[in-house]
Amino acid sequence: MSEILRFQDWSDPVPAGDREVVSRLPEEDDGERPPLLFVPGMGHGGWAFTEHWLAHAASRGWPSHAVTPRPGGDLRAQAHDVVQTAAALPRQTVLIGHGTGARVVARALGRYPARAAVLVSPVLDGWAALGAALRGNPAGTIPALFGGPLRFSAKQLFGPGLPAEQAQAHLERIGARPRAELFGRDALPEPVGGPPTLVVGSPDDRVVRRPELDKAAARYGGAPLLFPGMGHYLMLETSWQEPIDAILDWLGKQTPAR
Amino acid sequence: MQDSPDLGDRGDAVCVVGAGASGLTAIKNLREQGFAVDCYERETSVGGAWNWRHDRSPVYAGTYLVSSRPLTEFPDFPMPDTWPDYPHHQQVLEYLERYARHFGLGEHIWYGMEVVSIVPVADGRWDVTIRSTGGGSSRVQRYAAVVIANGHNWAPVQPEIPGDFLGQVIHSSAYKDPARLRGKRVLVIGGGNTGCDLAVEAAQHADQVWHSTRRGYWFAPKYVGSRPADQLANERAPSWLRRRRNRRVAADLTRWGMPAPEHTPFESNPVVNGLLPHYLGHGRIMPVPDVTGWDGTEVTLADGRIIEPQLVITATGYRPRFDFAAPELLDADEHGRPDLHLHTFARRHPTLAVVGLVQPDSGLFPIAHWQSVAVARWLKLRARDPEKATAVQREESERPLESWSRRKVVPTRRYWFEVGHVDYLRAVESLLNRMESVK
Ligand SMILES: Cc1cc2nc3c(=O)[nH]c(=O)nc-3n(C[C@H](O)[C@H](O)[C@H](O)COP(=O)(O)OP(=O)(O)OC[C@H]3O[C@@H](n4cnc5c(N)ncnc54)[C@H](O)[C@@H]3O)c2cc1C
Ligand SMILES: NC(=O)c1ccc[n+]([C@@H]2O[C@H](COP(=O)([O-])OP(=O)(O)OC[C@H]3O[C@@H](n4cnc5c(N)ncnc54)[C@H](OP(=O)(O)O)[C@@H]3O)[C@@H](O)[C@H]2O)c1
Repeated sequence: MSEILRFQDWSDPVPAGDREVVSRLPEEDDGERPPLLFVPGMGHGGWAFTEHWLAHAASRGWPSHAVTPRPGGDLRAQAHDVVQTAAALPRQTVLIGHGTGARVVARALGRYPARAAVLVSPVLDGWAALGAALRGNPAGTIPALFGGPLRFSAKQLFGPGLPAEQAQAHLERIGARPRAELFGRDALPEPVGGPPTLVVGSPDDRVVRRPELDKAAARYGGAPLLFPGMGHYLMLETSWQEPIDAILDWLGKQTPAR
Repeated sequence: MQDSPDLGDRGDAVCVVGAGASGLTAIKNLREQGFAVDCYERETSVGGAWNWRHDRSPVYAGTYLVSSRPLTEFPDFPMPDTWPDYPHHQQVLEYLERYARHFGLGEHIWYGMEVVSIVPVADGRWDVTIRSTGGGSSRVQRYAAVVIANGHNWAPVQPEIPGDFLGQVIHSSAYKDPARLRGKRVLVIGGGNTGCDLAVEAAQHADQVWHSTRRGYWFAPKYVGSRPADQLANERAPSWLRRRRNRRVAADLTRWGMPAPEHTPFESNPVVNGLLPHYLGHGRIMPVPDVTGWDGTEVTLADGRIIEPQLVITATGYRPRFDFAAPELLDADEHGRPDLHLHTFARRHPTLAVVGLVQPDSGLFPIAHWQSVAVARWLKLRARDPEKATAVQREESERPLESWSRRKVVPTRRYWFEVGHVDYLRAVESLLNRMESVK
């Protein structure tokens, strides 16, 4: 497929849609650091990042935003929403996607030269994720194969460190009706502008297993940064600060002040 | 304005001439491939033609894009999807300013600096003379390559009409808003996009309007039903089918006495104007043939008719100017028409390229983007691996001209740089693949 001849984009552009953006800005922005744009995956919205990560990144000096793509949008529309949001920010932006949101980011990277990219617990190969879900939680997963909602268990999504009532509260907000193409495994585009890309995850994640993390990292030319003992939702766990600090440290090195 | 960069030798840095749309995307894409860039811009801000604050800007108050948003925006920096299908020229400028800010391009641009000469020295390097437009001081800097993005819509062409006309004559570049037309009898000369836009503006504001064209054109409407016509024309389809669709959409205006076009639809860059047939059909515009002479208050037409306009607007286009480069650098002929590979690469100077010197049947920005990606990758390949670069150059020299350039057009200046964007981008893509695959 040609990345230059874009008949679909030329003849049938994605129309404007409702996307929600929440922002946490540093008290003083010297303009040295690129903005961060967090992209949630299926089943949760920007709120998953406002819990802890956005404010923390802002307190460390990074202008931080999370976008919830239009409800019901397909992969193309979601990637469009991410690119539109990034292009509306004042400076070249870092894209950070979680779960299937990482797949949306991977698509967006073919359309926007991100300053850098971070794929957190990325569901790039939906089939592998589906397999893992079927093994770990067959009762909650099988209905989704027939168009029903996907039901998760706390054990499936979170590490043992997260108190049960918190896990339950998060679970109640997570509801996914998976769209087929979010689970596809079509070829990911070559990122334009060659941004440095980091894959982050946990070897104990029951949604995205270790081999998937290795594969994702290899696709973008590196090794995954691992946080043992955590679940799928790194940003909602009790130890949420470790991964975001590591991500920010890495970004600091990759995007030296210009 | 910043301080001057270091005098003298700028090492591996690349010099970009001009900070319009083409210069901006050249800076961005060269930076992306790791080049240091110094861009010189004779005006005091970015935007080139779209910056109506610049004296040389050819836009008038009523200028809207003729190419719709998805066919006009840079392929890696979309315009806001809430903007109209055909944004106004002030939005286009805002878009270019945002592009420049977003990618931090401003810090590589030196404003108020005109490039007055480029001279090749040893090893493909260039001595570039830059002069401050404020007056006086000039200096010479040495660069590894020069990318020219000086635009080709700012040096007006005036027709030579025998005789002396006592009424007012202005070139379209000096026309800014309709106040000028009110209560006048107006003659507009030229059938390009500008001429047709101005004939329509005159129909809306002037007392009487003649529109003189010396040949026929195909006219595309802005909309077919509720869809932008160029979006309809760019559905994926074999080229014969796309041609057939275009033929159905395009109109000639022979019904109103305009000459028949000499080519097939979309073989040349289209005139996009849905309102011209409207005002012809309402009798507000009177089409007339070429002007053969004028005397006093009278203008003589090719069919012998005589009319008496008070204001004549010559919308007779622009010519490219490369005053800072000896003609042989660009293989320019005696009319000043450069001959470049893909309208981009100087044939005898591998470190000299021009971006934006095309007349596509789409927006210009995407073409300028891919041209500058190709230029940046080419310069990098040449620096890193001269042997492979030579191999690519050999393959490119065999690329058939007719595969990317539209040759079957009327031989006037308007068509010098005519390309069909699909064929053209296909050629650029294959060049990019060649550079990639030669490992
Ligand atoms: C009325 C009008 C409407 C148009 N509408 C469309 C449209 O709808 N869609 C479309 O795609 N295109 C349209 N165009 C074409 C338009 O020219 C391009 O969109 C675009 O502006 C070209 O950009 P550029 O950077 O190549 O040239 P320009 O915009 O002309 O920029 C060239 C820059 O180089 C600078 N420069 C020149 N020489 C020197 C020098 N020696 N030293 C230093 N600086 C120098 C100039 O000051 C200028 O800023 C239109 C043109 C006109 C005239
Ligand atoms: N977005 C917009 O709304 C918009 C508006 C205006 C312009 N544009 C763009 O700006 C660029 C310039 O357009 P333009 O219309 O100014 O110029 P143009 O396309 O070059 O058209 C010039 C017109 O003047 C005629 N002409 C030239 N010399 C003549 C002479 N000596 N005697 C009689 N007629 C003569 C030409 O006829 P021949 O065909 O016989 O040469 C042609 O009809 C184009 O890229 C155009 O698409 C866009």
